[in-house]
Amino acid sequence: MSEKDLKDKDLSDSVDEEKRDFLFITTAGLAVAGGAVTAFSLIDTMNPAKDVLALSTTEVDLAPIEEGQSLTVMWRGKPIFIRHRTSEEIRTANDASVNELKHMASDESRVKNPKWLVVVGVCTHLGCVPLGQKVGDNKGEFGGWFCPCHGSHYDTSGRIRKGPAPLNLEVPPYDFVSDEIIKIG
Amino acid sequence: MKAKETENKTGISHWIDERLPVFTFINHNLRDYPTPKNLNYFWNFGSLAGVTLVIMIVTGILLAMQYTANTEMAFDSVERIMRDVNNGWLLRYIHMNGASMFFIIVYIHMFRGLYYGSYKYPREILWMLGVVILLLMMATAFMGYVLPWGQMSFWGATVITNLFSAFPVIGDYIVTFLWGGFSVDNPTLTRFFVLHYLLPFAIVGVVALHLVALHQFGSNNPTGIDVKSDGDTIPFHPYYTVKDYLGLGVYLIVFAFLVFFAPNFLGHPDNYIPANPLQTPAHIVPEWYFLPFYAILRAVPDKLLGVLLMFAAVMVLFFLPWLDKHKIRSANFRPFYKQFYWLFFINCIVLGWVGAMPAEGIYVLISRVATLYYFGFFLIIMPFLSKFEKTTDLPSSISAAVISEKFDNKEPSSSESYVK
Repeated sequence: MSEKDLKDKDLSDSVDEEKRDFLFITTAGLAVAGGAVTAFSLIDTMNPAKDVLALSTTEVDLAPIEEGQSLTVMWRGKPIFIRHRTSEEIRTANDASVNELKHMASDESRVKNPKWLVVVGVCTHLGCVPLGQKVGDNKGEFGGWFCPCHGSHYDTSGRIRKGPAPLNLEVPPYDFVSDEIIKIG
Repeated sequence: MKAKETENKTGISHWIDERLPVFTFINHNLRDYPTPKNLNYFWNFGSLAGVTLVIMIVTGILLAMQYTANTEMAFDSVERIMRDVNNGWLLRYIHMNGASMFFIIVYIHMFRGLYYGSYKYPREILWMLGVVILLLMMATAFMGYVLPWGQMSFWGATVITNLFSAFPVIGDYIVTFLWGGFSVDNPTLTRFFVLHYLLPFAIVGVVALHLVALHQFGSNNPTGIDVKSDGDTIPFHPYYTVKDYLGLGVYLIVFAFLVFFAPNFLGHPDNYIPANPLQTPAHIVPEWYFLPFYAILRAVPDKLLGVLLMFAAVMVLFFLPWLDKHKIRSANFRPFYKQFYWLFFINCIVLGWVGAMPAEGIYVLISRVATLYYFGFFLIIMPFLSKFEKTTDLPSSISAAVISEKFDNKEPSSSESYVK
């Protein structure tokens, strides 16, 4: 065998196209799959870590909150408004005609025990914390909360009644562990 | 090829290419790029180093999102990465072992250059840029090792920064300046973190220059003979893309084995003890990739001389193109250089080994002999051989070398399927 033999040989005859396609597809396929798995694992490191997730439930003792009083607690880095509603507040919440609301929801659907309203204290417009938790705060035209950023008014059920916010204050997942203790999250 | 060019005259890629010639650039440097046809697997290590740099930067950015550069919190934040962050253990082990893999790759890359004379005319600047990359890598690796704030981090940082105190008069001022205080402490940690994040991007810049210098004359090759005709080269794609791709696969298997089965094999257990400024670990050693230089430092009984010699061990590489002025590049055709080269290679391993041993008894003697040979190789043997070494017969061209290797020296075997 010499250099001349090599040149004389027509190489195109010996190319097995099917085999090449098979090799190309399997190689590229494996590389894409491996790359995707690696990329997913690495990007997943940016999702909430276990210590962050461990903070996602909060227990609250409701006993010290007198009727008419409010309490703000932290849950997942956000304020949770808990209000011990007076019978007057419960009545006005029920009096509102559901069909005329911007974001239709009855008061019943937003509470587990009518005396206790639990909502996420973050305005659904652009994320400010509305006023109304402290004595002397502006509670807005409907006696609930008022967001000073862009003027959204919430009623005593935390429903949006006036202003730019599109939705009612969110009700977080919570359960009554006992009559006077709730677990949020 | 012609058909392809006309085909590209229309369409969006042509529109872009005319204004910003990215596709021409890629075609020129990664596709048609004429490459010597006889490159062996030692020419894979450049691309592997590039891939490793990317892996280190990607994992490093993600780690920096979780790490806290504060002496009170650094150690715990690293433990949080290991325990709480999703796949955080993977992220950290890739980054940790990636540093070791990076040095293995780059050291092989350098020994390749040393064997085949890749630093000689006209590639002197290419080589020197490589040495700059090595220096930047060393600084980056050292500062990265400090960040977990374990015992080895702290005392490594203390010992290495104290090297500068060897300089007369200004030494102490330099060290205080480096520390930003009177000991290795929070200011030191924060600046090391910032620099550890910054320097890799400087490395990327120098790598770009390294590639520009490489593509000016193209790769060297195992014969060390210049490319003389088109017959000596083949296009980079698909021949070397596929070869690099295979090499990458093998490399990633080794890398993955280290990450998944022996992630702490190359580390030191003492670094899982939080830093304690009141107690030095009994046996303090740097990471393995610094051991040869550490051995040179300890071989000398004088503080200043030891430090200078250690720096000189890297700096001497800058002068390689002028120390070895022999006209023939490849050691394959230099019978004497070849032997001294392998002795030098073994000598470097010996230096690494004594660097890990306690500095006493026989080890001191070995480290001195090895240090002597390290510098003797560069400063005496190389210039001497440049003058007097007679070479064996060179092939007339790369093609001639390939043909003679394939058909004259060996029986052609049936496994060479391309001539079936």
